[in-house]
Amino acid sequence: MFDDLQKRLSTAIGRFKPRGVLTEANIKDGLQEVRNALLEADVNYKVVQEFMARVSERAVGAQLIKSVRPEQQIVKIVHDELVDLMGEPDTSIRFDKSGPTVVMLCGLQGSGKTTTCGKLARMLMQSGRKPFLVAADLQRPAAIEQLKVIGQQLQVPVFSQADSDPVKVCQGSIAEANRQGRDTIILDTAGRLHVDDDLMAELREIEKKVKPHVVLFVCDALTGQDAVASATAFNKALELDGVIMTKLDGDARGGAALSVRRVTGVPIKFVGMGEKLDKLQAFDPHRVVGQMLGMGDIVGLVEAAQQAIDQEEALRQQEKMMKGKFDLNDFRNSIGQMKKMGSIGELIKMFPGLGQMDLDIDGLDAEGEVRRLQGIIDSMTPAEKADPHIIDISRRRRIAAGAGVEPADVSSLVKQFDGMAAVFKQMAQMTMLDKIRAMTGLGKAGAFNPGAKLMAPKIGTGKRLSPKEKEKLRKLREKEERKKRREERDRGRPDDKGRPRP
Amino acid sequence: MAFKDILERFKKGLAKTAQLFNVRSWFGRKVDQAFLDDLEGKLIQADVGVKATQRIIARVREEFSGKEADDDLIAFVKLELKALLTDAQPGTLATAPRKPTVILVAGVNGSGKTTSIAKLAQRLKDEGNSILLGACDTFRAAAADQLAIWAQRSGSDIVRGNPGADPASVAYDACDRALARGVDVLIVDTAGRLHTQSHLMRELEKIRAILQRKIAGAPHEVLLVLDATNGQNAIRQAEVFTQSIACTGIVLTKLDGTAKGGVVVAVRQVLNLPVKFVGVGEGLDDLQPFDADAFVESLFM
Repeated sequence: MFDDLQKRLSTAIGRFKPRGVLTEANIKDGLQEVRNALLEADVNYKVVQEFMARVSERAVGAQLIKSVRPEQQIVKIVHDELVDLMGEPDTSIRFDKSGPTVVMLCGLQGSGKTTTCGKLARMLMQSGRKPFLVAADLQRPAAIEQLKVIGQQLQVPVFSQADSDPVKVCQGSIAEANRQGRDTIILDTAGRLHVDDDLMAELREIEKKVKPHVVLFVCDALTGQDAVASATAFNKALELDGVIMTKLDGDARGGAALSVRRVTGVPIKFVGMGEKLDKLQAFDPHRVVGQMLGMGDIVGLVEAAQQAIDQEEALRQQEKMMKGKFDLNDFRNSIGQMKKMGSIGELIKMFPGLGQMDLDIDGLDAEGEVRRLQGIIDSMTPAEKADPHIIDISRRRRIAAGAGVEPADVSSLVKQFDGMAAVFKQMAQMTMLDKIRAMTGLGKAGAFNPGAKLMAPKIGTGKRLSPKEKEKLRKLREKEERKKRREERDRGRPDDKGRPRP
Repeated sequence: MAFKDILERFKKGLAKTAQLFNVRSWFGRKVDQAFLDDLEGKLIQADVGVKATQRIIARVREEFSGKEADDDLIAFVKLELKALLTDAQPGTLATAPRKPTVILVAGVNGSGKTTSIAKLAQRLKDEGNSILLGACDTFRAAAADQLAIWAQRSGSDIVRGNPGADPASVAYDACDRALARGVDVLIVDTAGRLHTQSHLMRELEKIRAILQRKIAGAPHEVLLVLDATNGQNAIRQAEVFTQSIACTGIVLTKLDGTAKGGVVVAVRQVLNLPVKFVGVGEGLDDLQPFDADAFVESLFM
């Protein structure tokens, strides 16, 4: 079930060999594959239905580009539409200027609220805030203990009252935070089912009494079709400001992210990528869409590369390369940096397509190869590294003996180096992103999408709206919607005077 | 009765959500593509998954194409699903010929392992067994504390290690204690882990190996805890966990919400892994033997 969408599409479309334009007939099977892929990624059934209507509308009639295979073109359309649907990333948190900002986390049992509280506190601390954790989960045994341990690890104070009720705990925490001079209060509420009326009422009670500035819904990326039901219910009860998707580090396709975004309109702000407390990242729609389509985590690769490569070292190499003075020392360094990005096996998995292929990565022993190359370079004298062309037969024999390889391997390394130096020189003039784009052919995905409906990302106004204001806004939205529909209906039809409408 | 009980809970939960679909309204419709699409949508929305659903749809098309939908058709679909889910002995666990019976419990993070163990301990206790719990989750903060509180509530004994200790060593100690005290059942809790983390899966294999070495025939049951709200990823979870520690059954948790847990149908198509119990609430007695009839009924509500 984890085959690459592109591969599936090529089998489905290959049978038809569309020429010229894409038509409903020649992409029908292909679109069916897209639909199934999205459903297998746990995107909500209704969202998929709606989405497929949009995609086929955009795909039908599209001119085939000669240099691109039709399935690639469809994947691009699907990819762009998905990114579009996810909306602009909005990872901001509005802080209250006059007093401590209250952030409330809520969600179903086992979605990862308590761990996420810790991760969020750590992230906020890094941006200079002073977080204050509040253990408002009095339901689950030892939940308070868990938060205390996390607080200890982060050296963040934790507020708790064992024999109280969650509403009082949250209320009490504000005064305590003020007393301790903490500026960001994070409420860890108990996990609850959205159909549990009593517990949902308790949550509303906390919201009413404490008036949190930011309400975040913690959603498990493994969630299936039900994600929509729970997110909608929580949004209705609390008016969510954002969603945090957890457990995205597994092989879940994370279709829930799309469903929740589409149905509630609430932006996804952060994603949990591991159990450790530093594994919270800003949400990136491109990355999740890639994951959903099984196209590999391109953006993740780029980031991994950026983090691993020492910027200064890269600049130094780049300069040397430009001048054509790239030597074996630099070659060895750049191999070392590649290794820092992760094992070769992991890197290959990140590449679109490759990750899904049954490549016997272990059998390749790419890492052994890298070690061998480094061994050869390490056996050279500084003079030889600076100018490998001085290596004669006797030097070659010495180096081979030192590295435990055949003399022929030394020659082939020197030859490889000559070839690579040329490529490196070329690559040095591109940014890392360009390099990867050049490799994947995805191009500037999402940069152009005519006629796409952009969902306005929900941005916090910094204050909670009163029911009256909410009602007013809702009416306004509906009015707009009606107007748009009317216009759509009338388009192409002549107006009262018989003139064609624009 | 368990059957009625679960059905009641399902109904209660569902009454609160929009009832988008009513099986009765199908009756009299012609079995054509539009009808099959509706049926497909229904099953997919219950997380049954594309492949499993298409297999069922193909069978329906074969049998009923062109006919009118009626009770027979619904009964047919239900029967197809039940055939996939029925377990010869629902809710019964293997017992060792010589004490103790060892039950290993595993699953991804937040699936409900610890709570399920607490409920299982209570259940086995009520059947007259003495219970020892092995708290092998030494990773998550306060996980052992959580189990200890449950142990106290159900009146079970517990063996725990220090935070960060090797979970296999806790399993080792738990076996020793179980043998020394002559308890009937040893239940081993493990830390939640995503199946993609191979080093953590190896850690789990090590725990299993220790149990095997210390007690003949152990573990007698290896239960995988699956969250009913999970989608198609549960198939991979079941595959990888089974490959690694040879699971013998599933505990399907969080069925008291609106999620249907239909993915167990797909799991059953891929692996022969029966659902043993379902979790339907946070109370100690909210663990029920799996009832294929009630479960299939709920998929159609």
